[in-house]
Amino acid sequence: MTDPLMLTGVSLALFVIVGAIAVASSILVVSMRNPVHSALFLLLTFLCVAILFVSMGAEFVGAVQVLVYAGGIMVLFLFVVMLINVKALPKEKVFTATSMMGVLMGVLLFIILAIILASGTWAPAVNAPENLRTAVVVKTTPVVDAGGATIQTETVTRDVVGNAEAVGMALYRDYLVPFEVASLFLLVAMVGAIVIGKRELDASEEEAIPEFIAKKVSDEDRLKEVTGA
Amino acid sequence: MPSTTAFLLLSALIFTVGLVGVTVRRNMITVLMSLELMLNAVNINLVAFSQRFSSLEGHVFPVFIICIAAGEAAVGLAIIIQLYRLKSTVNVDEVTELNG
Repeated sequence: MTDPLMLTGVSLALFVIVGAIAVASSILVVSMRNPVHSALFLLLTFLCVAILFVSMGAEFVGAVQVLVYAGGIMVLFLFVVMLINVKALPKEKVFTATSMMGVLMGVLLFIILAIILASGTWAPAVNAPENLRTAVVVKTTPVVDAGGATIQTETVTRDVVGNAEAVGMALYRDYLVPFEVASLFLLVAMVGAIVIGKRELDASEEEAIPEFIAKKVSDEDRLKEVTGA
Repeated sequence: MPSTTAFLLLSALIFTVGLVGVTVRRNMITVLMSLELMLNAVNINLVAFSQRFSSLEGHVFPVFIICIAAGEAAVGLAIIIQLYRLKSTVNVDEVTELNG
């Protein structure tokens, strides 16, 4: 069967150019000594990958990639890099025996992955290609039957709605529970990040706490104190 | 060469670069960035497979992966900030409190 991702002409040129930029900038992310440069090359990699997503027909994932990765996570990284004085950090040795072993291991892993990819055969697709851009729509229409009673008939159709709506339907219909768990995870991560990241109060700041809180005065005593009773 | 394989090879390349970054680099911020690279490579893989098999799961899971990556980056960067406050370093080799 034909490959849905067949690259010809312009799409092939786009894939080669954007893919080359993505790989080159990801190598630069790893090899740059200054974390600020690493972060900026990481941004370039994310944007190139977003272009690849859109070229594959996954517009929603590409948009989320730009919004969350390039917009959110990169700002977070840059903030932390700015907070940490990178100029004062000791220079990191690059070409050590251990790092050469790491690079060698990476090359070997890539060769193994390439061999696996080259030797594999493709199973036929089970779904129709328009599955990615359609959503199941259930329409109920009242129909008056021969006896005069009104019955509801349901017609199930697949409307062409575009990739974003199809993904949204899948997220909120088939993957609702994982979606809610993911939102809970984000809440826990947010609370965890705040608790881990906040600094301990020192003695002078502890004094700023009002006396009745620090001394744990009970509500009744506090009420008596305020009213003068 | 089938085009899906080209996308998978690209993703394997970026994943390998990220893995090398995690193992070789000693700067904790760069290690976290390499982790993000690896997660992104996995996303390329999922989307390529989903196009190949016309299955929407490959578009839903990257959303979850991006979500996990955001949480992981937030907590990891908070740990880095606290570490820098404590020891004035972000070098992973100098943090040996747990004798690991």
